[in-house]
Amino acid sequence: MSESLIFHFDVDGEDFTSAGQASVQVKKNLRRLGISPEIIRQVSIAMYEGEINMVIHAGGGEADVVVSEDKIEIILADKGPGIADIDLAMQEGFSTATDSVRSLGFGAGMGLPNMKRYTDEMTIDSVVGEGTTIRMVVNL
Amino acid sequence: MTVNELCEKCGFSAVVLADGDREVAGCYIGDLLSWVMGRAKGDDAWITIMSNINIIAVASLADVSCIILSEGVTVDSDIIETAKQKEVNILSSSLPSYETAVRVSEQI
Repeated sequence: MSESLIFHFDVDGEDFTSAGQASVQVKKNLRRLGISPEIIRQVSIAMYEGEINMVIHAGGGEADVVVSEDKIEIILADKGPGIADIDLAMQEGFSTATDSVRSLGFGAGMGLPNMKRYTDEMTIDSVVGEGTTIRMVVNL
Repeated sequence: MTVNELCEKCGFSAVVLADGDREVAGCYIGDLLSWVMGRAKGDDAWITIMSNINIIAVASLADVSCIILSEGVTVDSDIIETAKQKEVNILSSSLPSYETAVRVSEQI
């Protein structure tokens, strides 16, 4: 493919039960493009973790997935509370999720570490009180 | 070993067999969803007692071959419908997670 394909999603922050819809759609789109199952799995998990984070912490946000010849970029932007200490947030097991979120099986403090684990590049831009933008790249 | 065969040979109940011809390559036990996404491998059978709707998205995105609900845990009808739509296999076992995993291990 010579030009990039862009998929844009609004992530609904209200409905926890429908969280993951954007990720599931991306998985379908990537499968149609003939991307390998292991790459699809990496992108799907990284994006789902980001989507769940936006629902849990930020009241939703926007997700863009850009598929180009040599890489897939995932850009997640929200206007939530921001991350005060990114190094701390990146540690496995650290979480600020509520008990009700934990009772659903989330909030284990593995979301950001999983996003890093399954991508080749990850950058976090966050301003407390303004929001967070995360950019991830999976090389093809 | 396919999910269909695993279900029959282990004596599990089929809740949803939307893609029963899928191969089962391994097994992972876990109830914390991000932990499962971080550690389970594609084509694993995923044993859990977690029964909310989010397990369907996790199973689909982590690309496990099936969910096995252990300890006799049941799921609501809306979850069954979603699993059918997303082609996620769900089996049910009356055994605890460890014993469920032992049975899976004997077959794969």
